[in-house]
Amino acid sequence: MSINRRQFLRRAGVITALGLGSSFVISGFRKKEVAEAAGFAKAPKDMPAKRWAMVVDMSKFKTEADMNKVVEACHKLHNVPDFGNPKDEIKWIWKDDYHHTFAGGFNEYLDENVMHSPFLVTCNHCDNPPCVKACPTQATFKRPDGIVAMDFHRCIGCRFCMAACPFSARSFNFKDPRTHIDEISPEYPTRTPGVVEKCNFCYERLADGLQPVCVEQSNGGLIFGDLDDPNSEVRKIISTKLTIRRKPELGTQPCVYYLVGGGEHD
Amino acid sequence: MIEKALSGSKRYWIWVTLLLGMIAIGFYAYMNQFNNGLGVTGMSRDVSWGLYIAQFTFLVGVAASAVMLVLPYYLHDFKKFGKMVILGEFLAIPAVIMCMLFIVVDLGQPMRIMNVILHPSPRSVMFYDMIVLCGYLLINLVVGWTTLGAERKGFPSPKWVKPIIYLSIPWAVSIHTVTAFLYAGLPGRHLWLSAIMAARFLASAFAAGPAILLLLCFIVRKVSKFNPDPEGGAIQSLVKIVRYAMIANIFFYILEIFTAFYSGIPEYSAALRYTLFGLNGYNSLVPIMWTAVVLAFLGVAILIFPSTRMNGATLTIGLLSIIIANWIDKGMVLIVAGFVPNSFERVVEYAPTLNEVLVTLGVYSIGLLLITILYKVAISVREEKAS
Repeated sequence: MSINRRQFLRRAGVITALGLGSSFVISGFRKKEVAEAAGFAKAPKDMPAKRWAMVVDMSKFKTEADMNKVVEACHKLHNVPDFGNPKDEIKWIWKDDYHHTFAGGFNEYLDENVMHSPFLVTCNHCDNPPCVKACPTQATFKRPDGIVAMDFHRCIGCRFCMAACPFSARSFNFKDPRTHIDEISPEYPTRTPGVVEKCNFCYERLADGLQPVCVEQSNGGLIFGDLDDPNSEVRKIISTKLTIRRKPELGTQPCVYYLVGGGEHD
Repeated sequence: MIEKALSGSKRYWIWVTLLLGMIAIGFYAYMNQFNNGLGVTGMSRDVSWGLYIAQFTFLVGVAASAVMLVLPYYLHDFKKFGKMVILGEFLAIPAVIMCMLFIVVDLGQPMRIMNVILHPSPRSVMFYDMIVLCGYLLINLVVGWTTLGAERKGFPSPKWVKPIIYLSIPWAVSIHTVTAFLYAGLPGRHLWLSAIMAARFLASAFAAGPAILLLLCFIVRKVSKFNPDPEGGAIQSLVKIVRYAMIANIFFYILEIFTAFYSGIPEYSAALRYTLFGLNGYNSLVPIMWTAVVLAFLGVAILIFPSTRMNGATLTIGLLSIIIANWIDKGMVLIVAGFVPNSFERVVEYAPTLNEVLVTLGVYSIGLLLITILYKVAISVREEKAS
């Protein structure tokens, strides 16, 4: 049997297409298994929750030093570099005043002290996170327990999530972070340049049955728990006291609540 | 046909060498960015997109503008555009390639770009932007190359290419619509959160794109024997398209101004106030934005009055004014001011660094080189036919 050039090319093309196609089918199957095998193994002491949330009770922070302690503990644990300039700055939790934290609700007759009193701000771990929707690689994703997490190895550094986040909760590694960490913490991985990062509600500590480090350092100023559990402290505060959230009108459903006026709660 | 780009006059080779030199400088600057991170740019935590993404946005419009020739020629049988259509398609190809390059140079981890295909995310607008841009590039490559190849051999274009040409019309609209959706769907960025964004993008694209094409036609007439407008009238028809598109663009901008300022909601007008008057004492974009305003009206005026519109010198000034006005508005201010004020209502300003500018010029040089090569091929084929 002899074939001409055209027939040969056509057959070669069909065989190549079949080969490529079936390799995709096979890798498609394999992907599922690999994903299962690599899935989150339940850590023995894992704190299970349906919806992690945080309440910030500013009345418990007596001085700015109390807040700085929280910020420093978080940044130290998570190897957050310090570049010493606002342009390249990376922050997971930080302070800003009332006026800017709750931007949009400007009231010129508000007491000066309230206006400039510092508030702790961090990622809100929204129920409808715009950053997750924006990410073109699913490098940022929402876990079943509500935590909005990052895969630093998948992030391509396009920063669409930073444009999408209405809370400026995200930072980008404009420079090599590893050269700007005083003392590397073995508890959490360092990052490469060119990826985005943010607060992760300390999921690595939750897996060990521990509270987030900011909560631990806050002297009761930060309360963390399962919003889905009617008996949790966060749920009790939110359902009985007046709490506010940042930019609720955007519909992202932030899960960081600010307790106004403080007061007693158990 | 590509061999046509390999022979040319001394002037041609000097131009190509110049572009190669610019590309080399841009590549060197990019290597600096690649090794040291995006910290070498002026972008910051607050203004996290800058010159690169703004160029991407502007050039998507330039790419889409080919439709302003394809549509009248193929759908309305407007024969006068016959010789010009190929130039539109051959402008679209380098424009899309520049768009892609600007995305790549903007990435923090460019080596991982295939993750967009490995982990497709249909909820992200960027996913669709990738699809429409790749598709548009392919369509224009196939259509441009096939029609020119057929013309060279003296045959009519093959039948199968017709449906692809028709497809290119809605596809051109889609690339700029999807690009507008990248911005218009984000909560909390009030300058972008506007239903008219896509319409504005298209209007500015159909003004700036054909204006660039017209300037290229003037250059082609100067440097070659090929006349893109042999019967006369094609150039003036395109001038009218530019004029109406620019008027629509200005109108849409005024709509934005009205809604933002008359509603009185501070967040809605904050970014516009920053660009037009300055905010909290920061006003680096104000002179640039007002330059755009003046040039936009000047350009429209020149393109309205027959005496200035018919005169080659004033027409060139008018077209340049429109291109620069659109470039300032879309290729700079819109993207940067979208981040100002930031979500804490603080103003953080942005200015590109020298390294960033060199990378940008490098990408533009790659685009110019591709335009040169493609136009050289098209012109040589036409000159060959004519002789």
